[in-house]
Amino acid sequence: MNLSLRWLADYVQTGVSPKEFCAEMTLSGSKVEAYEEEAKRLEGFVVGKILEKKQHENADALFVCQVDMGEAEPVQIVTNAKNVQPGDLVIVATPGTTVHEGNESMTIKVAKVRGVESRGMFCGLETLGLTQNDFPYADPVSVFVLQEDCKPGQDAASALGVDDVSVEFEITSNRPDCLSVIGLAREASATFNVPLNVPTPKFNGSDEDITKTLSVEIQNTEKCTRYVAGLVRNVKVGPSPRWMRERLRASGVRPINNLVDITNYVMLEYGQPMHAFDLRFVKDGKICVRNAKAGEKITTLDGVERELADDMLIIADAEKPIAVAGVMGGEYSGIMDDTVDVVFESAYFEPVQVRLTAKRLGMRTDASARYEKGLDETSMPITLARALQLVEELGAGEPVGTTIDCNHADPKPNHIPFDPAWINAFLGTDIPAEDMVKYLNSLDIKVENGECISPSFRIDLARPADIAEEVARIYGYNNIPSTVVKGVANAQLTPEQKFNRTIEQTMAGLGFYGILTYSFISPKYFDKIGLPADSKLRKTVTITNPLGEDTSVMQTTTIPGMLEILANNYNKRNAQANLFEIGKEYLPTEPDKLPEEPHRLTVGMYGGEADFFALKGVLEALLGKLGISGMKYTRCDENCPYDEKSAFHPGRSAVIYVGDKAVGIFGEIHPDVQKTYGIGVRTYVAKLDIPTLFAVANTEVTYKPLPKFPAMTRDIALVCAEEIAVGDLEEAIAEAVGRYLEKVELFDIYRGEQIEAGKKSVAFNIVMRNYEETMTTEQADAAMKRVFKALAKMGAELRES
Amino acid sequence: MKEQLKNIEERAKDAIASVADLKSLEELRVGLLGKKGELTSILKQMGKLSAEERPAMGQLANQVRSQLETMIADKTKALQSAAQNARLAAETLDITCPGTAPKTGTLHPLQIVENEVREIFLGMGFSVADGPEVEYDYYNFEALNLPPNHPARDTQDTFYITDNILLRTQTSSVQVHVMETQKPPIRVISPGRVYRSDAVDATHSPLFHQIEGLVIDKGITMADLKGTLELLMQRLYGDDCKIRLRPHHFPFTEPSAEVDVMCFQCMGKGCRMCKNEGYIELLGAGMVHPWVLENSGIDSSVYSGFAFGLGLERIVMRRYNISDMRLLFENDTRFLEQFK
Repeated sequence: MNLSLRWLADYVQTGVSPKEFCAEMTLSGSKVEAYEEEAKRLEGFVVGKILEKKQHENADALFVCQVDMGEAEPVQIVTNAKNVQPGDLVIVATPGTTVHEGNESMTIKVAKVRGVESRGMFCGLETLGLTQNDFPYADPVSVFVLQEDCKPGQDAASALGVDDVSVEFEITSNRPDCLSVIGLAREASATFNVPLNVPTPKFNGSDEDITKTLSVEIQNTEKCTRYVAGLVRNVKVGPSPRWMRERLRASGVRPINNLVDITNYVMLEYGQPMHAFDLRFVKDGKICVRNAKAGEKITTLDGVERELADDMLIIADAEKPIAVAGVMGGEYSGIMDDTVDVVFESAYFEPVQVRLTAKRLGMRTDASARYEKGLDETSMPITLARALQLVEELGAGEPVGTTIDCNHADPKPNHIPFDPAWINAFLGTDIPAEDMVKYLNSLDIKVENGECISPSFRIDLARPADIAEEVARIYGYNNIPSTVVKGVANAQLTPEQKFNRTIEQTMAGLGFYGILTYSFISPKYFDKIGLPADSKLRKTVTITNPLGEDTSVMQTTTIPGMLEILANNYNKRNAQANLFEIGKEYLPTEPDKLPEEPHRLTVGMYGGEADFFALKGVLEALLGKLGISGMKYTRCDENCPYDEKSAFHPGRSAVIYVGDKAVGIFGEIHPDVQKTYGIGVRTYVAKLDIPTLFAVANTEVTYKPLPKFPAMTRDIALVCAEEIAVGDLEEAIAEAVGRYLEKVELFDIYRGEQIEAGKKSVAFNIVMRNYEETMTTEQADAAMKRVFKALAKMGAELRES
Repeated sequence: MKEQLKNIEERAKDAIASVADLKSLEELRVGLLGKKGELTSILKQMGKLSAEERPAMGQLANQVRSQLETMIADKTKALQSAAQNARLAAETLDITCPGTAPKTGTLHPLQIVENEVREIFLGMGFSVADGPEVEYDYYNFEALNLPPNHPARDTQDTFYITDNILLRTQTSSVQVHVMETQKPPIRVISPGRVYRSDAVDATHSPLFHQIEGLVIDKGITMADLKGTLELLMQRLYGDDCKIRLRPHHFPFTEPSAEVDVMCFQCMGKGCRMCKNEGYIELLGAGMVHPWVLENSGIDSSVYSGFAFGLGLERIVMRRYNISDMRLLFENDTRFLEQFK
């Protein structure tokens, strides 16, 4: 909403500068986005009167003028304008002024034009930022010769009336009443504590009985509760007067002609949209507000033919639709040059109906935006009277003195308890009751018998809290004291929240950077990681109105998102990346039910020391920190529970199990996938299921007494086939040693000279300890014998050294 | 014999003085005082002396021996200390060479600030509640006093999954979950992701983060809301941080406010950073609308409360002077490593 401050001054005198006005209005709830002082645009432009015009001595197309600029001596200006004559008033751009024409701009200087000095330039409409709509009499392509009451030397801004201040408000959807000059004047009156003066509009009109010509019938009284119509005979279509054009322009509305301008003017002033029909096109003078018939068509003012549905409300004549109610008129309903008689409409249409119709027809208009927020059901006769008053004032036609008011509205003001003690308790203030009454009255809210009575234009007022807000904003939000919430609250993170925090901090401690990826991905990402066509992960929560395909489905796996970020980093030539994210997967459940949103930890790395074991080591360190032990690793084979195994190198990836629960998958990214993502180095990714980790974690740390008896240590080196897994050897050793095993740890793997091809040498450090007494060498030797036997069974032999 | 002892003493003195290493010193010691040493062999001749001579000579011999022992001990200490000094000198390092610390990582700046905000609120007695991001229309809109076709829905361009399920546009949806499951007093915050169909640019992202706050108890006032937000901003931005409240409209709060923080650059005078307003808009807040309370089964004549929602990105960008929101989602390691 753009407000002309000059227009506002018709109703309220705030007595403050534009800057202060904007600041205070913002703090009382009418937020100002910006304001523009029009006069600033015309600094350096001055009215001049042409005293003399002579042919330029060196150029046939140029003239030399002596111009009275209000100073003692006339000023000489060279021009090529043929349309100026001695005695004409023009606007002169004085030296030093920058003028804009199209995209070009230049600064006026004192200069010689073909040897003759010139001290300025005569301006056309465009140079002044105006159009013929502003000054219909002006020649649009030549110098603008003024027919205004002004004198030489006067600044152009005041001479042209381009000296208003236009204030742009951001009005919230609950205050449609503030989408009007009068609404904002009321707010200003309350804000600055100055009186508001809005005269009741009156018009004279002829004695004609309107009902002889026009009838109004509302068939759907639920969707249209009030329809007021007036008639203007013998209209004289022409430009509206300058003051009206100026105000429309300052409000951001283009002046068109007097009748259209009047409807727009009233809408801006009262917030009530008006509509004008040419009586010739209202068949039989019958106006009927009804639902459209299915398939019925209308060509709207914008020239588009639209098909209507039977739940859309229209204005029809005896035969056909002539307007879509509250949205837009039909093509023949507007004012034309040969229009003689005009019907003015001012009506109340039910907000949701207007909103839905406008939305379905794809036509959000200034009018529909107002109707859908809810208007004042009592304002229709007043706004019609105002329009007819303006018609008379402007001499735009002859209003008929009688009007039609089809009124099914029954607006009941809300009676809201007024309890000053409660308001103070609610706000935490100490505002005297009489001040509250004063604030409310200034907003036209009556206070009687302990009740507030909402004015008809404030459909947002219904409860005591609404009244508290009105009091608070006029009192000033910033005058409310600041206090601390009383009472004690026991706040702590839940075990799950602490668990996530430990993950986060451990990963950062291990040298990884936290990242943040979108939750939505492209369905193409599933192909990028080679997910099988029948994978359940392809069943997604899908956005019906996405910004684009790239962000159209909620991720069912976090791995592609991580790969995208790794690829971005690789493309930016970052030599190394160690990244992690705690994010969610969105796993569909049943139709029309919410998906599950489990947390996942995703880890990604390339470059530096990144390899399978580096990643495994990081995961082991993390799990250890989380109180998880006894991990088992299996290959990503046909039993792998993760469909994303397709993204991994089959020989360099693993599923982590704790007990019988799979907690995650990790490993090297498959070379094909790596290539698809354009990453030129081996890349490693892990995905862990946080809820499962949480379920298997033992966060209770218990102390174990330090051993009192010494340990026995044995190192062994074995030779075995490549295929035998270290983990299996470890397990066999552990089982063979039995209850005195403290630790079995791999310390070397060797392949090469002295070892047969296809075999490897594996060395373990075995620590045994009896906690009850000193373990004897014999006991240790016996244990080792069992170990050798068990290993031999597996085909692993002690290495001869 | 006396001369012999004197002679040994003299020679030994010189020899000890000229010895340069511990090994030679030990050899010297053995040569003098060892079982077959010079002094020892002289002492063995004591038996040949007369009874009168023996005490005086014995005394002298012992004197010489103890003197030599002392000299050798002193020399040993001196040599040891010299050797230690030589070793220390040899081991001198270039202390300007870089350290070899293990790599450390860091959290994402958004996470850093979110954790900070969580901590501030934990200190004020707020618990942390979680809620679904894919949400029923009811929790995101209807239960917050935004019935279907409410014009205010237009201001939040929503991603829909079905007619009834959407991506939450605000963390306010968690309010309703909390009120359905907890009895007052309630004091929670709920940080999380929210979604709006805004195209990506320097200040917009279809996904961003909010932190919702909700307090419900008997006698909660708008002054409490103001005090809480003031405290938050002072903890975040320093004790001299000033806020101001402007009336606004949210369907689920009444009264509603937008909260601005005084521009740090110009301290309220107006500059380019704050678009000449002196203040920067940071969050929305208000007293929980009685309809919302009642709809969730809380008696609005007994309880009152306040709620607020702040955009995390805005705070992060302000904090670190990041001008383009896209940087937060690009996750370039050169960007991330700056937040260590």
